[in-house]
Amino acid sequence: MTQTPETQSASLIKEFAPRRSFLADFQRWEWLLVLLIVVVIVANTRLSPHFLDARNISRTSSDFMELGLMMLPMAFIIITTASVDLSVASNLGMCASFMGWLFMHGVNIWVAALAALALGTLAGFLNGNLVARLKLSPLVVTLGTYAFYRGVAYVLLGDQAARGYPKAFTYIGQGRIPGTLIPFSVALFVVLAIIFGLILHRTIFGRYTFSIGNNENATLYSGVPVARVKIILFTVSGFMAALAGLVLAARFGSTRPDIGTGLELAVITAAVLGGVDINGGRGTIVGTVLSLLLIGLMRFGMGLLNIQGQVQGIVIGLLLILSILLPNIAQQISSARGVRINWRSALISLGILAVFVLFFLFFFWSRAPVIAGG
Amino acid sequence: MKHRSLLLALTTLLLVGLLVSACGSAATKAPAATEAPAATEAPATEAPAATEAPATACEGDYVLVPKNLGNPYFDTANNGAQEAAKELGITVLYQGSATADATEQITLLNSLIAQQPCGLAISANDADALVPTGQAAMDANIPVVTWDSAIAPDGRTIHINQAILHDIGAIQIQMASELAGPDGGQIAILSATSTAPNQNAWIEVMKEELEKPEYANLELVEVVYGDDDDTKSYNEAQALFTKYPDLKVIIAPTTVGIAASARAVTDAELIGKVFVTGLGTPNQMREYVKNGAAPQFALWNPSDLGYLAVYAMHALANGEITAEAGQTFEAGKLGEYTIEDDPDLGLNVLLGLPFVYNAENIDDFNW
Repeated sequence: MTQTPETQSASLIKEFAPRRSFLADFQRWEWLLVLLIVVVIVANTRLSPHFLDARNISRTSSDFMELGLMMLPMAFIIITTASVDLSVASNLGMCASFMGWLFMHGVNIWVAALAALALGTLAGFLNGNLVARLKLSPLVVTLGTYAFYRGVAYVLLGDQAARGYPKAFTYIGQGRIPGTLIPFSVALFVVLAIIFGLILHRTIFGRYTFSIGNNENATLYSGVPVARVKIILFTVSGFMAALAGLVLAARFGSTRPDIGTGLELAVITAAVLGGVDINGGRGTIVGTVLSLLLIGLMRFGMGLLNIQGQVQGIVIGLLLILSILLPNIAQQISSARGVRINWRSALISLGILAVFVLFFLFFFWSRAPVIAGG
Repeated sequence: MKHRSLLLALTTLLLVGLLVSACGSAATKAPAATEAPAATEAPATEAPAATEAPATACEGDYVLVPKNLGNPYFDTANNGAQEAAKELGITVLYQGSATADATEQITLLNSLIAQQPCGLAISANDADALVPTGQAAMDANIPVVTWDSAIAPDGRTIHINQAILHDIGAIQIQMASELAGPDGGQIAILSATSTAPNQNAWIEVMKEELEKPEYANLELVEVVYGDDDDTKSYNEAQALFTKYPDLKVIIAPTTVGIAASARAVTDAELIGKVFVTGLGTPNQMREYVKNGAAPQFALWNPSDLGYLAVYAMHALANGEITAEAGQTFEAGKLGEYTIEDDPDLGLNVLLGLPFVYNAENIDDFNW
C-alpha cells in the first residue's frame, strides 16, 4: 500500500480509490510487532532481574542468528512463489557436514568452509532449476531435497562428529566484535538484513519479486525473466543456508549430521510472523527482523521464567495464528463502510481466536504449579 | 511513505534503545561481576580459619536438565533428584527442552545460565556441541556436572557414570547362574547385531566371567543375533528352544532382544523351564517378571542417577570438592563416592553396580 507510483495517475487514484480509514494506517502488522516487542521488554524487565543484562542478551542473541540468516531469503521466496523452501535446514546440515568431513580429512578449515558455501549454493541452484525450469511445485521439490540433503549429511558423517575446529573459525559462531558485547554472528546478520532489505525495497529486482508474487503471468508478459528471478532466489537461499551452517557449526565447535534439524519450520514461522503473506506478493524485511527480535525476546524471557519448552511452543504458535487472524479481522472491520461485512467469516475468525485464548488460559491455569517450577 | 520511514525510525530507535539500556545495565552490573569472584573466594579464605564449619551454602536454585521433557526415564531420575534435594534442603528445578535436540537444549541452557543458578546437572543431547555452553556456564562460576549422557570433558566438571562395561557383563552372568540353579546347565546369548560394539564388548566380558570356577557348571552353547528387530529376535529365541532342548537360560543384553525372548518363552509355554535375563527396562519387562519368564534383569537405576547428580552438584557448589581426581564426597543413602580420572571419560564418579530389577522392586518403577 506504499507502492503508490509517483506519476500523475497518483492524484487520480487518490480521487477514485476508496478513502482509507484511519484504521488502515494501523493495519500494518509491523506496528503490532513493535508494540508486542515493547510489551515483552517491559513485562520481562519487571518479571526477571536477569532480562536486561547485556551479557545475557549477548549470549542468547546468537542462538537465533542461523534462523535469521535463512529467514531473509525465505521472505523473498514466500513473496515470489507463495510457497516455501523446505530444504534450508537440511541444506544447512549437508553443508556443515561436508565442511566437517573435509576438515576431518585434513583439508584447511577455510578451504572446507568455502567448499561448503559452494555446495550450498549449488544445492539451491538445483532447487531453483527444478522449480523454475521444470515448473514443479516448490513445496514438492524442496520436500524432496529436504530428505535428500539431510541424507547426504548422514552419508558423509554417519554416527561420527567432526570436531576440533580452530579458534579462528569458531569465532564466527562464538566470538564477539572486539571491544563490544555484540556477537559476530549478530553483526553479520544485521549487515545482511540491511542488504536484503535494500534489494527487496529499493531495487528493480525487489520490484520483480513483488510483481511475480502478485501476478506471475502478467509479470511474465511484461518481459520480466521470471524463471531467472526464481532460480536466483533459490540459489541465494542455498548460499544463506550454507552460511548459516558455518555459523552453527562454529557455534557448536563441532558438526554432527543431525545439525539444525527442524529449523526450517522456525524459519518459516519467523517470516510469516513478520508479516510476509503466505499467499505471496506482500512482506517487508523490517517486519521479519522485528519478528525475529520478538521471537528471540519472548523465548529468552520465557526461558528466564523457567516456562517449559512445550509451553513456549504454544505461545509462539498462538502468536502465529494471531498474525494471520488479526489483519483479517481488521480488514473486515475497515471495509465495513460501504461493503457488507462478511459476518460469517468474521465470526469464525473471532471464534477461533476465542478458542485459542481459552485453551491458553486453561493451559496456564491447569499447569501453573508446574510452570512455577513446583 | 511517511509511515514507512516513521516505522523504520522507530525500529532503529527500539534496537538502539535495547542495546543502550542493556549496556547501561551492564555498566551497573559491572561491579557485581567483579564482586562475584570475590564472593566465591570468600569461603575459600574463611575455610582454613574455621576448618570444621560447613562451607557457606550457595543460595539459589539448582537445575536438573534432562535430554527432553516428557520422557519417563528422565522423570524417574527427577524423582531421585527431588529426594536428594529434600535431604539437602535445597531447591532443584527440573528444566528441559521440548525435544531431545542440541540446538534447543543450548537455548534453554543459555536462559538458565542467565539466572545464575547454584549448579547445573545436564544430560547432554550432543557431547561436543554443548562444550562451548558448558564452558560459558563454568566461566560464570556455575558448576556443571553431567549425568546419563556426558558433555566432552572440556565442557563440564564431573560426569556421573551410570555403569561400566565390566560390571554390566558380569552382572548378567551372575543373574544367569542364579536362574540356572545349583546344577547349572546350558545358556545362550541373544544379542543385537553381530557388529554392535557395546553388545560385543559385554559378550567378551561374559565369556571371561564364564572361565571363573564358580560358573564352571554353565555351558555357553551359542551366541545368536536378533538384530534389535522384534520379529527376528523372537524367531531366534524359538530356534534356540528347538535346537537345545535342555537350554536353561537366554541372556539378551539388549532391550529389544530381552522382551522378544521373554515373549517367546511365554508363548511356547516354557516358563519355569527356560529363563530369560539380560538388560531391559521395567515397563517393558513388568509382565514377564510377574509371569516368571524373566524373573530378573539388570540396568542402572535412573532414580539413583538423579539422586547422585544432585549430591555431586551440591558438593561442588559449596566447595566440598573442586573437581579433582581422588576427592571424595558423601551422597546420602548411596554412601561415599570418589572422583576418578579416565582417559576417555575424563573426571567421573561411578554410580555403582548395575541395579537388578525383580518381582519385589519392579512396581516401584514406572519408565
